[in-house]
Amino acid sequence: MKINKVFTHKRSIWLASIFIFLIMYTGSSQVTFPDNDISDHRSNKFAITNATIIYTPGMMLQNATLLIRDGHIEKVASTKSVPLGYTEIDAKGKYIYPSFIDIFNTYGMPEVKRPPRANSEQMQTNTKGSYNSNESIKSEYNASEHFLIDKKQAQLFRQQGFGLISTFRPDGIARGTASLVALGETNENNEMLQTDAATHFSMNKGSSTQDYPASPMGSIALLRQTYYDAQWYGQFKDKPFNDQSLDAILETKNLPQIFETNGWLQALSAQKIANEFNIDYIIKGGGDEYQRIDEIKALNATFIIPLNFPEAYNVSSPFDTERISLADLKHWELAPANPARLEEKGIEFVITSHGLKNSDNFLSNLRKAVKYGLSPKHALNSLTLLPAKLLGQEDKIGTLESGKLANFLITSGDIFADNTVIYENWVQGKKYIVDQEVDSSILGTYTLSVDGEDYSLVVENVKKGYNAIILSKNSIEIKTDFKLSGDMVTIQFNKDSESFYRLEGWVNNDTEKMVIQGKGQRNDGKWIEWGATKIKDPLQNVANQQKEMPLLKRELGDVIFPFVAFGSSEKPKQQDVLIKNATVWTNEKEGILTETDVLLKGGKISQIGKNINAPNIKIIDGKGKHLTAGIIDEHSHIALTSINETAIVSAMVRMTDVLNSELINIYSSLAGGVVAAQILHGSSDAIGGQSALIKLRWGENPEGLQIENAKPTIKFALGENPKRASRGASIRFPRSLMGMEQVYTDAFTQAVAYKKNWQEFNALKKKDNTVKPRVDLVNQVLLEVMEGKRFISCHAYQQGEMLMLMDVAERFNFKINTFTHVLEGYRIADKMLEHGVGGSTFSDKWNFKWETRNAIPYNATIMHNEGVVTAINSDSAETIRHLNQEAAKSIKYGNMSEEDALKLVTLNPAKLLHLDDTMGSIKVGKSADVVLWSDNPLSIYAKAEKTIIDGTVYFDIEKDIQLRKDIQTERTRIINAMKKEIKSGANVLPRISTPQPELTCEYIEAQN
Amino acid sequence: MNFNIHYRLLILTAICCLPFNLFSQGNLATKNTKEPTALVGGTLHIGNGKVITNAVIGFNNGKISVMGTTDSINLDSGTYQIFDVTGQHIYPGFILLNSLIGIQEISAVPQSNDTNEEGNINPNLNTAYAFNSESDYLPVLRFNGIFTVETAPVGGLVSGTSSVMKLDGGDWEESLYKFGAAIHINWPNSMRSSFDEATLTTQLKPNSSYNTNIEELKNLFNQAKAYGKEVNKVPNLKLQSMQGLFNGTLSLFIHAESPKEIIESIQFSKEMGIDHIALVSAESALLVKDFLKEHKIPVILPPTHSMPDQDDMDFDMRYKLPYLLAKEGIVVAISHTGMLSNSINLPFYAGVAAAYGLDREDALKTISLNAAKILKVDSTLGSLEVGKDATLFVSEGDALDIRTNKLTHAFIQGKRMELEGKQQSQYKQYSKSLGHNE
Repeated sequence: MKINKVFTHKRSIWLASIFIFLIMYTGSSQVTFPDNDISDHRSNKFAITNATIIYTPGMMLQNATLLIRDGHIEKVASTKSVPLGYTEIDAKGKYIYPSFIDIFNTYGMPEVKRPPRANSEQMQTNTKGSYNSNESIKSEYNASEHFLIDKKQAQLFRQQGFGLISTFRPDGIARGTASLVALGETNENNEMLQTDAATHFSMNKGSSTQDYPASPMGSIALLRQTYYDAQWYGQFKDKPFNDQSLDAILETKNLPQIFETNGWLQALSAQKIANEFNIDYIIKGGGDEYQRIDEIKALNATFIIPLNFPEAYNVSSPFDTERISLADLKHWELAPANPARLEEKGIEFVITSHGLKNSDNFLSNLRKAVKYGLSPKHALNSLTLLPAKLLGQEDKIGTLESGKLANFLITSGDIFADNTVIYENWVQGKKYIVDQEVDSSILGTYTLSVDGEDYSLVVENVKKGYNAIILSKNSIEIKTDFKLSGDMVTIQFNKDSESFYRLEGWVNNDTEKMVIQGKGQRNDGKWIEWGATKIKDPLQNVANQQKEMPLLKRELGDVIFPFVAFGSSEKPKQQDVLIKNATVWTNEKEGILTETDVLLKGGKISQIGKNINAPNIKIIDGKGKHLTAGIIDEHSHIALTSINETAIVSAMVRMTDVLNSELINIYSSLAGGVVAAQILHGSSDAIGGQSALIKLRWGENPEGLQIENAKPTIKFALGENPKRASRGASIRFPRSLMGMEQVYTDAFTQAVAYKKNWQEFNALKKKDNTVKPRVDLVNQVLLEVMEGKRFISCHAYQQGEMLMLMDVAERFNFKINTFTHVLEGYRIADKMLEHGVGGSTFSDKWNFKWETRNAIPYNATIMHNEGVVTAINSDSAETIRHLNQEAAKSIKYGNMSEEDALKLVTLNPAKLLHLDDTMGSIKVGKSADVVLWSDNPLSIYAKAEKTIIDGTVYFDIEKDIQLRKDIQTERTRIINAMKKEIKSGANVLPRISTPQPELTCEYIEAQN
Repeated sequence: MNFNIHYRLLILTAICCLPFNLFSQGNLATKNTKEPTALVGGTLHIGNGKVITNAVIGFNNGKISVMGTTDSINLDSGTYQIFDVTGQHIYPGFILLNSLIGIQEISAVPQSNDTNEEGNINPNLNTAYAFNSESDYLPVLRFNGIFTVETAPVGGLVSGTSSVMKLDGGDWEESLYKFGAAIHINWPNSMRSSFDEATLTTQLKPNSSYNTNIEELKNLFNQAKAYGKEVNKVPNLKLQSMQGLFNGTLSLFIHAESPKEIIESIQFSKEMGIDHIALVSAESALLVKDFLKEHKIPVILPPTHSMPDQDDMDFDMRYKLPYLLAKEGIVVAISHTGMLSNSINLPFYAGVAAAYGLDREDALKTISLNAAKILKVDSTLGSLEVGKDATLFVSEGDALDIRTNKLTHAFIQGKRMELEGKQQSQYKQYSKSLGHNE
């Protein structure tokens, strides 16, 4: 928090001087307002005595006095002291806390309206005025200009214990500034404490109807480019053009920077931006941080944590309950422990009420978090002092210390105890009643005389009021309506079926004896006298407030990695193994070796041969089984939360920003013998995003999935998708293959010019008087492509378009690496060979679009026979599970040899991905990425029994059986716990999360 | 054998002389041959779970006339053209259920599709009229051993009536095998997905119009039944088209997803007095397997090559689902969903089912005899028995395994089929122009 600290220091001096001014001139901050009266200044001096005051987290004074003057705390005294001129308020038995601060809240801000999207694309911003070129960059927005007191909302938040809020508008990727406001109801001039308190960011474009960005990775790219643009723009004395949004980014860069995420996955991506631009984001989390607590800790960031604990599911229907995922069940159980786990790890965080469907649940969820192990001190700190510090306002708010604002709560007891009631919430020295205090003097048993008859009246305390029972002489209970308002009491009851009484009276406050007396009317209209005298005080509830012990950690289920079914609490470890007597498909000149041993040591293939001796090592019997290099999928979209960006040139987006390690497809692919995959951007754009190369290390985080030192790659796409051929209404350039050619030629022409621009700048001896060129994320990437540092996988079907792209590449002196799909490759295989491009194709998919009508299942065979490096890919979360069978189709169609057929899904994709120095064959020194099959791997009857990556067994068909049992046990345990909670009256909705839809090449998410 | 060589020469000549004509009218080239034929020496997979090694099978006039082992049968070589298929395998032609073959060509090109109609209640539509006998899919299906399809309409509550088509014939009338096989209904979903803003996830919630939709179906079926008994009725084509359900000539294929929907839809159909019911569903069938068994409801399953319905399910759930249901005594067939060109993999879906529990011959049943039973064409189709149609093929090896599914001879109702199509000719043409040795 380097920036904030500097900032805080400056502000504190300034604040201190302001405060002195306030104390001296006392009056309201509204001296400028005219009075329509004579002046009526009151200094509002109060002494709240006999209270238990928690003046700062962890510090408590008993029988203490809180002195308030002019909306500020004058003093917290450890003894009773009521200076002259102060009104005493006796708070005996009550607790006083600083009120809560929420720094992630939209209180008092106008509702964000989401305009409908037009039928065709919107390429430019619709924001009017000299603002950013992207509609989702709304950094010029200032909450202070739009804040209006909302009394209803203010009351709701005060009921939950809040006194101060840093409020912002949740709209856009750059969202502008937040204002610090108090939750009083006077007027905006009074309640606004700081106009610019923080500035906000997210990955959600909000109300923007502009097409770009459509994805989280696009949001990240846009924000990065915007930061670079601001750096460049900021260099000019005379601006080349005006952009008030960039101005605002520059002007607010010293404010606290708050970044909203939806959970730990996004937090990891957000921190990458923070690191790139040396910003300390305060990250608003999603409530699932406990799932990867080590990764969260490693970010070394401060978090804003919601208490959005899921409600229990309706588990009454066993059929429907089957559809609730294990992840949802486990999250229900563990989410309330999230704050406790963050505390335990020493991760700095504040708490927000944001993310609750119903803000009424805040206090109860806070107490739940404490029950799950969050320490009360930490809880209070995260709602008072720490948020004040993060905003650089700890000299003004956050604790009950001299000089600070009089923002505090008066409660019936420990605020974290279930039955504690907040009576009053004071905001800037003004009292707001939250809950009427129960007048305990009224409670008890009375003798009631009405109309000459005696009864017994019992007045009890119930939630939010009183309850009374009348007993007749012969102890028959009579239903009674009892109300107490101020000192007035009303009672209604039916004496019998004939007579009915309505009584009204007043409490006669005798210190000795409690007497109520008054007048009443019978149902026949006759006025009567009545009275009641207390004869007995209520019994003290002994069991009252028995402190609940924090739940022990072991009562909760384990966190599993990944946090879905078939995850494990222990991540698999690398282990040296000797596989004995297997049929080994080497993919090398040795061919297929029978009865052969393979030693895997230190994650590498260490020895291949007969009768290998390795003492003290785990032995796997491979007799009758087949060992092959692991399957590699050249074209996949598994392990992603998002797939397509929509800019025709989207080279700036990175699939690594949206890798999702928590998807079951990783595991089901492992079960099909897959060890690695190229995770590609979709085919929506002529130039798509940067690909991710991953190994299927089930359980690792997104960073851990990526292949170390892999050569960078990128997706291009030709054909119907980038032309948006199936969308008649599209207005996006280009709509034709002619336009496509120009898009590519233009992109590389621009990149060449960009390079020249930078070269000229870098060659300057004196750079001081020269504006540094703008960093352009697209051109940077395209230069890597042209310089042979980044390899293209281009989605293509028809021969003409492939020839066109090779022509473009040759004009700019580089090569296309791979045509992926390449359905008409068989028609130009010789030209592909000449260019040096590989082909990665489907086995037999065909005729699903006009451009695929010429596909033949012999495509792989013909390209292979020509000498083109040929692979078979899946482009499908389903097909990836049986690429071995897809490879076998080249035997059926075209009589390829079995050895060559297997290479289509192992060695050849490794070559296309430039991974063949460490992967793709069983060769000493290569990575131990191998699969043990029950049968010939090309047989329909073969099963992958063990899938090993880096010498670590990530899939084991026997362990899989055990995992299935574990899942059932865990489900049963949690469902039983849920059932208990439902019995005790929890609010239950029959809701079931559905799996993420499969992301295919053409999937474009509708953000909003 | 003579004939065989002769035939090949003939085709070869045709390829050389008229390549274009041949492939644009691929189905017409097969009109000539329907002579008595016998296959001798192969391993014969009957389709009912049994195998005959060293088998002889002969057929005449489109029907199987003789079948047995080489030891037990003496063929009259004067009557039959004899093919020695020693070392090869003989199978009944496979049957693809619940398919869009013939009414969909390129899914993304609307002009090429005839799959669904306006309106929600369309029992009166029959796919036979829309079946395209010149569809590009027919030769590629035959190439893998699929010779019969049930072409079924999609969409709405009542999608329409399917017909059984053989993959031979110059027009739909010639291709027709059984006009009107089953009415397909899509039982409404009891849950509906909605996007939850608070958690940013899609969630399932009860479908509030479920009961209304069920009511609409009940109303329709009740009125159809009443219509059948009415004497002086105002003609109604929709109600008329449903009469077969009540007299046993039409089956009802119910597409239902969840256990609740399965039970309710089958109870409903039974109440309506419908005898022939099949369920189109997946994993949910497992949860109600006893119910299905009790009511003798056959199940049409999605391909083994499809993703389990829930993320948490065993990775091999769809692989083993045919076995898990079949071992309960439920009649199971495997069909295809998704990209239409992939329906050629039907035999391999059965192969996967065999890898995950089913006996290989039982796996074969899921795409032959069981499918025929579900379509009620098992008296003439679905297995190799004397008197049944000679719709069968010979494969070099195990037809359920990709590597060995290589057809050498194919017959539909005794008529010898040309196996090579456009894809094969393109293969040859481009291999040749690139100078590859085939």
